[in-house]
Amino acid sequence: MTSLPPGFILIFGAFLLPLVPRKAQSSAALLLPVLGLAHLLSLPEMTSAAIQVFNYELVLIRLDPLARLFGIIFHVAAFAAALYALHVRETTQHMVAMIYAGSAIAAVFAGDLLSLFVYWEITAISSVFLIWASRTERSYRAGMRYLVVQVGSGVLLLAGVLLHSSETGSLAFNKLIGENGDIFAASLGVQLIFLAFGIKSAFPFLHNWLQDAYPKATVTGTVFLSAFTTKLAIYALVRAFPGTSVLVPIGVTMTLFPVFLAAIENDLRKVLAYSLNNRLGFMVTGVGIGTDLALNGVAAHAFCHILYKALLFMAMGAVLERTRTIKASELGGLYKAMPWTAAFCLIGTASTSAFPFFSGFVSKSLILSGAASAGYAIPWLLLLAVSASVMDFKVPFLAFFGHDSGQWKTTREAPWNMLSAMGLVAILCIAIGSWPKPLYDILPFSKAYKPETYTWAYVYSWEHVVSQLQLLLFALLAFAVIWRAKLYPTEVDSTNLDFDWFYRKLIPGVGLGIARVGGQAWRTLLGTATSGLQSVGAGVYRLHGPNGYFARTWTINQIVLYAALMLGFYLLLYFF
Amino acid sequence: MSEEKTFWLDSKKNVDRLFHVLLVLCGLLLVADIVHPRHNAYKSVSFEAWPFFYGIFGFVCFVVIVLSAKMLRKWLMRREGYYD
Repeated sequence: MTSLPPGFILIFGAFLLPLVPRKAQSSAALLLPVLGLAHLLSLPEMTSAAIQVFNYELVLIRLDPLARLFGIIFHVAAFAAALYALHVRETTQHMVAMIYAGSAIAAVFAGDLLSLFVYWEITAISSVFLIWASRTERSYRAGMRYLVVQVGSGVLLLAGVLLHSSETGSLAFNKLIGENGDIFAASLGVQLIFLAFGIKSAFPFLHNWLQDAYPKATVTGTVFLSAFTTKLAIYALVRAFPGTSVLVPIGVTMTLFPVFLAAIENDLRKVLAYSLNNRLGFMVTGVGIGTDLALNGVAAHAFCHILYKALLFMAMGAVLERTRTIKASELGGLYKAMPWTAAFCLIGTASTSAFPFFSGFVSKSLILSGAASAGYAIPWLLLLAVSASVMDFKVPFLAFFGHDSGQWKTTREAPWNMLSAMGLVAILCIAIGSWPKPLYDILPFSKAYKPETYTWAYVYSWEHVVSQLQLLLFALLAFAVIWRAKLYPTEVDSTNLDFDWFYRKLIPGVGLGIARVGGQAWRTLLGTATSGLQSVGAGVYRLHGPNGYFARTWTINQIVLYAALMLGFYLLLYFF
Repeated sequence: MSEEKTFWLDSKKNVDRLFHVLLVLCGLLLVADIVHPRHNAYKSVSFEAWPFFYGIFGFVCFVVIVLSAKMLRKWLMRREGYYD
């Protein structure tokens, strides 16, 4: 069993699911992450022997503390999401979800870049079915755009890997960035790999696939999607690009712009997608800082983030499942019908906003301490500015409280399996927030610098708790004041433009324009050529047609005359 | 049945009560800064030790973000189904 890479149980298991009776498929899918996690926990730290495939050396298992941490949380997320999807009676959805989760897990344990590429593409291709499973025109189109971006990221990765390996002769998936942390000084191969990771981490201007596709996936599909793709990319950045200085401005930008767009967005699952982008920004900044403290912060934050973000997508999924809408303009007052879902959503919000005793509190502080201790004052300030932001508060407020839509009168609480999944994740969020030691114990990087940072006494020091509560409660106060003063942007059924406008409107628009002008020019050219040919044809017909000059019957005299004239002409030519 | 049911938060008085509780909590947090001044852990961000720093910063950032996002609507908002 030690030669079986983690994740393979989920992938192989997924292909066996169609053999199970339809009713039992979801339960069987639930079993796979349990078996997978048991297998992972039974494995020692190891690097498996390289397998020779053609001229390449592949390392299928590299199990170190960093991979183990991501492997554990990916299994937990797969289990929670499968529990949430227990009522779904669709073989394809269960299959692709497990292949997707399994390949993300296998990618985390891949020791070489070529295996990483293979799993990278499997996650892309399997996950798109979770979007298409919504079976709407919009989800089909969004899925196509998603697939193009994701596969494109894979193509860049492959190109980068081939260039890099031909240059260095190595396929090892280790730190790729040089000691100076300058991506611009790196080789083209490394830069392409960086770009591939950047697309999946939703770097600014490369991010829109996330907000475009995630809200259009199925109720249960979005929960799976929220956990794996982007966090796999964060893992890859931590592994290959720690301390790459350009990641600091990139990460800070990622935390900033989604906040504004989330504030005016009406689709609450899209608000969560923007919020997800913002939290990825925290992690990317941490990778850019690159100190052990910051990298531990990134790992801890990814761990907590997967849980609370899944919880929030679960709560909004439950609302969508029960009310058939997720538009803020049509929701409100749902706590009356869905009190449990509302409570779990509030726990998710408290965790993402980093309230004391909730998971975000014990992980986000590590990244902020990492930034402050490395002297990044402005990034620290900007990260703090978006820490307590409207996007986190508005989701539970507008869905469960806000303007009473009266919808609760005809709405029921979420099904038991959804509530169980939310309950499980909510308990984990509170447990990690209240007792972070087990999480701190498995953090992969050295804790030699300021070891007290990782203690309960430090995290729950008077100063830390008071400063965080001040930040959050005053932000909440601002929210209340703005709401009561009726200054809050009203919920409007609308679309807000983002960077995807460039490739969904501008480029197709310009393309159509070029096609139109080109078509006109072609038609003109064709018309001129046709009329020219027609006039030549008419001339030939006039001379050689049935009534043409050359078609007449000539007399002997005429022929002799022409022959004599021709001979005379030759004679003249000869003479000269 | 459920239509006749009233909830605690339906009463405006109770909502006001919650708002006042929030005000009191915020006040207490400001007092906490004076009673127990913050010691700064990292030189680069020494300004965090200023009294009320986190409260004022949290409040101002929230207001700025919401109001500027509201203005952004002028440029960014389109009808639902704009891309269809």
